[in-house]
Amino acid sequence: MTDRPLTQNIRADGAPTLLKDYEANGGYSGLRKALATMTPESCLDEVKNSRLRGRGGAGFPTGMKWSFVPMGDKVSPGHKYLIANADEMEPGTFKDRLILEQDPHQLLEGMMLAAFTIQADIAYVFLRGEYVLAAERLTTAINECYAAGYLGTDILGSGYSLELRLHRSAGRYICGEETALINALEGKRANPRPKPPFPQVSGLWGRPSIVNNVETLCNITHIMTHGAEWFQTLGRGEDSGTKLFGASGNVKSPGVWELPMGTPIREILEDHAGGMRDGYQLRGFLPGGGSTDFLTDQHLDLVMDYDVIGKAGSRMGTGTMIILDDRNCPLGMVRNLSRFFAHESCGFCTPCRDGIPWIVQLLDRFEMGEADEGDIALLEEKAAFIGGMGNTHCALAPGAMEPVNSALKYFREDFERHVSAGGCTYHGAVGGH
Amino acid sequence: MSELITSLSTEEIAEIEHEASLVPRRDGVAIDALLIVQKHRGWVSDESLRAIAALLEMSAEELEGIATFYNLIFRKPVGEKVILLCDSVSCWLRGCDKVKARISNTLGIEFGETTADGRYTLLPVPCLGACDRAPVMMVGDELHTHLEDSDLTMLANDVATQ
Repeated sequence: MTDRPLTQNIRADGAPTLLKDYEANGGYSGLRKALATMTPESCLDEVKNSRLRGRGGAGFPTGMKWSFVPMGDKVSPGHKYLIANADEMEPGTFKDRLILEQDPHQLLEGMMLAAFTIQADIAYVFLRGEYVLAAERLTTAINECYAAGYLGTDILGSGYSLELRLHRSAGRYICGEETALINALEGKRANPRPKPPFPQVSGLWGRPSIVNNVETLCNITHIMTHGAEWFQTLGRGEDSGTKLFGASGNVKSPGVWELPMGTPIREILEDHAGGMRDGYQLRGFLPGGGSTDFLTDQHLDLVMDYDVIGKAGSRMGTGTMIILDDRNCPLGMVRNLSRFFAHESCGFCTPCRDGIPWIVQLLDRFEMGEADEGDIALLEEKAAFIGGMGNTHCALAPGAMEPVNSALKYFREDFERHVSAGGCTYHGAVGGH
Repeated sequence: MSELITSLSTEEIAEIEHEASLVPRRDGVAIDALLIVQKHRGWVSDESLRAIAALLEMSAEELEGIATFYNLIFRKPVGEKVILLCDSVSCWLRGCDKVKARISNTLGIEFGETTADGRYTLLPVPCLGACDRAPVMMVGDELHTHLEDSDLTMLANDVATQ
């Protein structure tokens, strides 16, 4: 039994795993087992017992999320939906692309198992438009599944039926937010919806729906194949399973690696990413994508578990780390991120639509040498309000303020130097300005 | 069928109707319909937009609000190939500003502009999810990674052969 289930079919030549190879390596045995020997209730128990937490960034327990879907006679007749969130657009995140391009059946099997558990009859892969190769390979894999009887009516003689479709998105970061994604699937502008009602009760077309990240659903495949107990043994720390961790920025060997949950940050950065490029020193890092708080070298011996990173004042997010070096300006990095979030705001909530551009304008003042001491306090005040929980429908604005707030905490001397030196003193870096 | 709708090709209408058959409401395929027409014509003109709205039994104003929300739907003509240059954080750390400057110098266009010969349109794009190979861009459907000076000679050669 492998201890690297998510990447067991990833080939060095980058070629996709086709159905016959996927089956030859044990693929679809989890689906066969579930349909032949398990009930939706026992499947849900297995997922709950695995202690799997969502891999899209929020880390919510997957079994608990599913348990809110009304079952049996508690739901009016009609469709239920299972949606794979393959809208990978969090800045600095490049993990789901690996699976979508090279092992699409792993995702499809996880989707089938999730759909069976909540008794959904229609499933969607919501794929970002720029993932062209993934779209081709998913289409091939979906067609293979219909031809082999894994999708369609009365799957493997079980009486269970499932339609699975690929939806290619027309862009916008906010589509990764699950209620915005649902609005996009309904053909609307992707404004997030207020919660409640939660999608489990009223989602796509007002029907019970579950939206899960690609990596989360891939884990379902292995949990149902090998069992919850086995899955728990994979983690090194408190959390169970493995995780696709990554590193980008000026490290020697940027990349994505499947490692146990609870792997120390130092091990990821030094053993897998190869340490910093020659001539570069580590300043800090965002542990899990562009909307997580900076951590610094004092945090290198922490392990990548949800609660450990949470207690350190950040979030594990997507687990793909963005590394800030000493030749790129921390304010420049935060300005780049803030511009991104200002541009990607859906525009519905005022603190997000109007507030994040204020942050960008303030950061511009530091860059141009127009800021004074009072602007540091002003930045802190605005960031606290814009990022305040409950001031906006969704988590875009709070997420956008995480790098700002933490930069003010860890790189305060850089803000002060921008004021005293009359502008940015970082020049000639690879990133530069 | 209204005169408006007949400005769409029978192929476009058939593809849109197929999508509409899969969902509970006709206007539910607004985004798919815009992408279908764009696939055939390269962009979505005012006339096409009004035709799609009529076909989907929704107002043109509502459809315009949807079309302009999504960055991969083009409401102006674009070049034969659209260059989507990532300007997000990992590519910024690896020098995407310099890549942008070189592309602009080579092609003579800024973000949002199309070359005079109609071959390329240059647009910024949110993180392309290939951060381990930064800086990156897409040219049409193809991902180009590890953009260094030498990798941009493709564009330069292309311009030189004009």
